[in-house]
Amino acid sequence: MSAILEVQGLEAFYGRTKALHGLSFSMAKGGITTILGANGAGKTTTLRSISRMVRTTGTIRFEGEALERKATEDVVQLGIAHAPEGRGTFVHLTVEENLKLGAWGRRERGNLSEDFERVFGYFPVLRERRRQAAGTLSGGEQQMLAVARALMLRPRLLLLDEPSLGLAPLVVREIFRILKTVNQTGVSILLVEQNAALALDLADHVFLLETGRVVMEGPSDVLRKDDAIRRAYLGY
Amino acid sequence: MDIFIQQVVSGLATGGIYAALALALVMIYQATDVVNFAQGELAMFATYICWSLINAGLPYWVAFISTLGIAFVGGVVIERVLIRPVENAPILSIVMVTLGLLVICNSVAGWIWTYVQKPFPSPFPSNPFKIDNIVFGAHDVGQIQVTLLVLLCIYLFFRFTPLGLAMRAAAHNPVSSRLVGIRVGWMLALGWGLAAVFGAVAGMMVAPVLTLEPNLMGGVQIYAFAAATLGGFTSPGGAVLGGFIVGVVENLVGTYVSFIGTELKFTVALAMIIVVLLVKPTGLFGSTVVKRV
Amino acid sequence: MSGSRLPRIVGLLALLLAACTLPFMMSNFRLFQFSQVYIYAIAILGLNILTGYNGQFSLGHGAFYAVGAYTSAIMMDRWNISYAWTLPVAGVLCLIIGFLFGLPALRLEGLYLALATFSLALAVPQILKYFEHWTGGSQGLVLSKPSAPFGLKLNPDQWLYFVTLGVLVLLFWLGSNLLKGRIGRAIVAIRDNHIAAEAMGINTSLYKSLVFGVSAAYTGVAGALSASVIAYVAPDSFNVFLSVTLLIGSVIGGLASISGAVFGALFIQFVPNWAQDISKAAPWAIFGVFLIGFMYLMPFGIAGGIRLLWIRATRSRVQQEGRSAVPTQAHTTT
Repeated sequence: MSAILEVQGLEAFYGRTKALHGLSFSMAKGGITTILGANGAGKTTTLRSISRMVRTTGTIRFEGEALERKATEDVVQLGIAHAPEGRGTFVHLTVEENLKLGAWGRRERGNLSEDFERVFGYFPVLRERRRQAAGTLSGGEQQMLAVARALMLRPRLLLLDEPSLGLAPLVVREIFRILKTVNQTGVSILLVEQNAALALDLADHVFLLETGRVVMEGPSDVLRKDDAIRRAYLGY
Repeated sequence: MDIFIQQVVSGLATGGIYAALALALVMIYQATDVVNFAQGELAMFATYICWSLINAGLPYWVAFISTLGIAFVGGVVIERVLIRPVENAPILSIVMVTLGLLVICNSVAGWIWTYVQKPFPSPFPSNPFKIDNIVFGAHDVGQIQVTLLVLLCIYLFFRFTPLGLAMRAAAHNPVSSRLVGIRVGWMLALGWGLAAVFGAVAGMMVAPVLTLEPNLMGGVQIYAFAAATLGGFTSPGGAVLGGFIVGVVENLVGTYVSFIGTELKFTVALAMIIVVLLVKPTGLFGSTVVKRV
Repeated sequence: MSGSRLPRIVGLLALLLAACTLPFMMSNFRLFQFSQVYIYAIAILGLNILTGYNGQFSLGHGAFYAVGAYTSAIMMDRWNISYAWTLPVAGVLCLIIGFLFGLPALRLEGLYLALATFSLALAVPQILKYFEHWTGGSQGLVLSKPSAPFGLKLNPDQWLYFVTLGVLVLLFWLGSNLLKGRIGRAIVAIRDNHIAAEAMGINTSLYKSLVFGVSAAYTGVAGALSASVIAYVAPDSFNVFLSVTLLIGSVIGGLASISGAVFGALFIQFVPNWAQDISKAAPWAIFGVFLIGFMYLMPFGIAGGIRLLWIRATRSRVQQEGRSAVPTQAHTTT
């Protein structure tokens, strides 16, 4: 399968501090890849590097196109949607306005009603709350809104940063079920998670990050059975 | 009672001007945390441009609309050329740039058009009209109509157009805006353009009353600050309402409280600012920003 | 910086010596201008302490300058008290007023404090004119310049130059000790993270009000000096433009910086004159261009710009020597 994302020798900097030390990986098209690791390992930084929100050296290729010289807004136009850490909801705007904004980066704007239907199909609760201010939604609903907003772009690659953070297990399971469905429509997903069990369930490929370096990678069924991973990240 | 209504209407007219300038200040503050001290001077400069166009023979409304266009472009250019290089500097440094702009505008206007006061035409008929024995100045009423029209257009723009939505998003959450593909820098530039338009409207409406000279907007700017403080620097709607309230209060106090002559009217604005800051700093409609530690 | 204390002290003494020789080389008018620079530097240091080191925005320091100036003027004019005594009185009076102002100001942050101080600054000329009986109203008070004591062969301008220089050195030395010690660190901690400072046990309310008081005292003493140097006080000299000018001097010089106060004072004293030399027709436009230009080149002020150059110079030298880079003090300069 061809690679949708190829990263080579990626170093990322916050000011003068180096957060990623020569990361290299590639992601297959149509797959779900998860990046696991402890706090501070560099998972969020990896996503931000792809979205060009942090200064980097090294190469990043999306569908063969180099991203290093692009701005965040350009990367969005190429078809990469990023649901950031903390959800990034426009809290003073309504649910509907949040969703409309999700489609802003699309090259061909077209009719949004199809997209609204699709997204409300995935997350019916958003249809109920469509005219409410996004800030009044519960944590789980805001996470759904974040994913829905990203989907409005009709992305080919979806970057998700810790979607399970702070949410009840039932809600998380629901969201992950939808993610599986979304992936089946052809959207590749790069998922950053601390909740290893759920992530290993969903993903087909896994990278383990430690202090800015990839220390282990492989198919998720293999890594799930690995003793070291089990003890360190799954807790049993 | 008749005098009361007259003064209220008159106050609403000046209030509309304060509202327009206050809206300009609040728009830029919301998006950038910077108070544009040069807003009034830019408005004055735009008014002079209108004056020049009228003097060159253009009919009033053609000059008016053209000036709005020129002001818009001017605002966009100023943001992209002057403000963008320092957008990551400390707030006070950016404020210094607006102060520099203030001083440059004032000085260049004086150089080009001299400090001699110039009469500025009003597009409204000069005869006042009467309803039931109450006399209304035509300029006052016309002014209110123009201001309300501009405010209505802006409200519709922000509420119902995609670009207006994107601008609101960019002001409110620039990081998330970039993540949906909005070019935040250009949204800011558009914001400055619109602010310049409001300023120009304010200037062109007030010039017939105060006569055109480089220090035209000095006093108006103070009242605009009072309006924005009263309404809330974080609330555009509040700033507009604040403008009208300040205009009416200023007029009523001037009429009914005997020892407040024209000099002390100014003090009324200052007193309003102090009182609001002591009681509720964020203004009538502003909200306190809750920051996570 | 501890290793290089001696060169710095020698450098400062050399500057001081040079400054002392100026009265014998310059015209009285130039001396007057330099005295004014020293006065502005003291006022700006006051503002720096409040806004730069403690993070409280003041657009109204002209008010304290005015209080100092009028206190001195009234004491000299009405009660014939020598100018020397007016300085500490103005200082203490402004300390109290500043502290009292600092108390309600605690509730206001950033923009709102700036608005409150701005409004006060606007009101100052009118208040001064209102209390005509004391202040002499719009016409102000005409004063006389003190002559040199002990029969020293100095004319009043020369003597005042030494007085302002002396007060500058004293107040800067006091300020430096204050800001570099524990109190200074507490003040900066409050600016950088109010809540963390409170959690560490710093009484932020008390400190903030005290800082307001000290800041006002410095600016008040500067105002008192100006009454003697200019020998005239009038309400319209203390309008909002003065407050804005002091703030400009503060930002241009470098907000959290002691030496910055001097750079800022030089800027606000001399750049308007240069602007006028460059263009008689629109001198303030030239000033505005200078102002904007300085902010582009040195957004952290002149002192900040110098510090950046110094870091670049020492970093390349130190990298060659293979040691770790000199740790940078995040927000303050000297």
